[in-house]
Amino acid sequence: MTETAATPRTYRDYAQPLWRRLLVSREGAVIAALVLVVVFAISFVPHFAQPITLTYLLLDITPILLIALPMTLIIITGEIDLSVASTMGLASVTLGVLHQAGMPIPLAGAIALVVGAIAGALNGFLITVVGLPSLAVTIGTLALYRGLAVGLLGTTAVTEFTEFWTDLAKSKIPGTSMPSVVIVILVLAIVFVALLHFTPFGRGIFAIGLSPETARFSGVKVERTKFILFVLSGLISALAGLYYTLRFSSARGDNATGYELQVIAAVLLGGVSIFGGRGSIVGPLGGVFLIGVLASALRLANVTSDVINIITGTLLVASVVATSFLAWFRTKRARPGKKTEILAVAKG
Amino acid sequence: MFGFTRKARVGAFAAIAVSVALVATGCAATGTDSGTDEGSGDADLSITFLPKNLGNAYFDTSDKGGADAIAEFGGTYAEVGPATGSPDGQVSYINTLTQQGVGAIALSANDPDALCDAVGEARDAGVKVVTFDADTNPDCRDLFINQAEADGIAKVEVDLIAEQIGDAGKIAILSATANATNQNAWIELMKADLAANHPNIELVDVVYGDDDDQTSFDKTAALLQTYPDLKGIISPTTVGIAAAARYLQTSEFKGKVFLTGLGTPNQMRDFVNDGTVTAFALWNPADLGYLAAYAAKALIEGTITGAEGDKFDAGKLGSYTVGKDGTVLLGDPFTFNKDNIADFNF
Repeated sequence: MTETAATPRTYRDYAQPLWRRLLVSREGAVIAALVLVVVFAISFVPHFAQPITLTYLLLDITPILLIALPMTLIIITGEIDLSVASTMGLASVTLGVLHQAGMPIPLAGAIALVVGAIAGALNGFLITVVGLPSLAVTIGTLALYRGLAVGLLGTTAVTEFTEFWTDLAKSKIPGTSMPSVVIVILVLAIVFVALLHFTPFGRGIFAIGLSPETARFSGVKVERTKFILFVLSGLISALAGLYYTLRFSSARGDNATGYELQVIAAVLLGGVSIFGGRGSIVGPLGGVFLIGVLASALRLANVTSDVINIITGTLLVASVVATSFLAWFRTKRARPGKKTEILAVAKG
Repeated sequence: MFGFTRKARVGAFAAIAVSVALVATGCAATGTDSGTDEGSGDADLSITFLPKNLGNAYFDTSDKGGADAIAEFGGTYAEVGPATGSPDGQVSYINTLTQQGVGAIALSANDPDALCDAVGEARDAGVKVVTFDADTNPDCRDLFINQAEADGIAKVEVDLIAEQIGDAGKIAILSATANATNQNAWIELMKADLAANHPNIELVDVVYGDDDDQTSFDKTAALLQTYPDLKGIISPTTVGIAAAARYLQTSEFKGKVFLTGLGTPNQMRDFVNDGTVTAFALWNPADLGYLAAYAAKALIEGTITGAEGDKFDAGKLGSYTVGKDGTVLLGDPFTFNKDNIADFNF
């Protein structure tokens, strides 16, 4: 490193063809891996290559896809929301209890969404106004909301729902094998992409994740932004809870237990930095699909659930570790002609 | 962004891609193996057991019983299931089995309603669905293999205690919670049975251990203080009987006060082997799985449809008849004692 000068990166570093730049981005990698898994599964896993696979897959991952949207934004600000699955359960029970008492589904559902938004607002209040860390707050409300949900219904379940609504939750877009709920996901995904990537609010989210102090001095309303995100998270978790309840025709206090970890795993796999400041909407959605398709293919290949968990867990760790490991490997075999890289890695 | 170079990131992508590819090839290998098993013979006797969750000794035993039956009649046995007992996890597996077009699913349902749609789709696709241990709504599935009826459970417990105390003396019941539906139904039947057939046995008290180990332990101690001349205790709950046995084992009452009820062999093994407990009852999960497999076979072959009155053969267990609501009763509860407890692990 004797002859190293602090040469800035040359234009050549950025002058790669578009396909190559896409490929080296984390989002590109996730989507390429997804395509790879799909191709392998179609070629080698019996019964995978049929339309019903897509139907079941989409029905299964819908709640995760929905919650991944606000979760991505929250993690980019450097915060986290662990209470999402409990909020799903609370919304599910709210819908069940109110419907059992004779309230029509649209009204009961609307109230359940409000309950979800209030649950999110309580998180937001404790984090932004009281100033507690989101990890601690949402671990607390994870237990609190789940406790409320189980307490409201006990060990019983509400299973009588108007058939129109339960059928709607499972219905397909006519003439396709796509569940109708895909439309909701698409609309929300577009809204969130626009919100994150094309609005000042979205720029503010990145700024908060990189440095809350700098963001504050640049005029970003840090507390207000975070509060809005937690309310959104509660609202969309409740929506996912309504979908879950109607799809399975079952409102139970323990519905969707453990979903928060699936959401966070997919978001991190999709390239969102757990330290904040970096990420996109496309990456996490790709991450949800990758985990979902992998699980679906492995189940069809008669791989047991514990092995599926081991594989998805390994994939998650590997995707995080691979980046750092390869950087280290490069420094070992770096040659004199590679000064810029050495410098870049040394700085990193 | 973290100071990694472009090439490092290309490398990272390559590593992810390769690991995914390896995983995919690995699964593809198992996939093709299983694929060859199907489609042989006229009726597809591939029967997959879907317990509430994997890694549960009770279901390991029942599914082993199913595997034995399937080996006897030359079908294909498989077992799949979620790692934790959740309805949505089971739905994914039912969907998968529907896609694979297995002959039948033997299912212990995590939820009576949430699985109905998935089970319905499976049946529409020609898959027979037999529930065992825990049922779905009767109109969802083809058959339910019921492990025991309330009458049988109540009777075996009264018979066991009567035999142990010589059909005379004071007994008490250590139940679960005060509003436990199953236990309360059994207790009512026991009271009726005692009054009708065992006039010399006096039921002095019913106490509730809330299915909590420590509470059950304390209630046992209290019972023995309150009724020093107590001769027997019936505990129709697995938590209660184990806690009561633990108290008796180290107390002066060991060998003087008899204890019976519903328990599992693994919990009760020590107490039976050292003589604290002579005998207790439960159904045999291995027989339950065995019967479920034979019922699935009969459905696949079309010898029965699941209608009331249908008869089918179940290997070593003999012949069975379908009862009301498409239910098949396994039979009387199984009595575990010093001679047979070593044969069971659940």
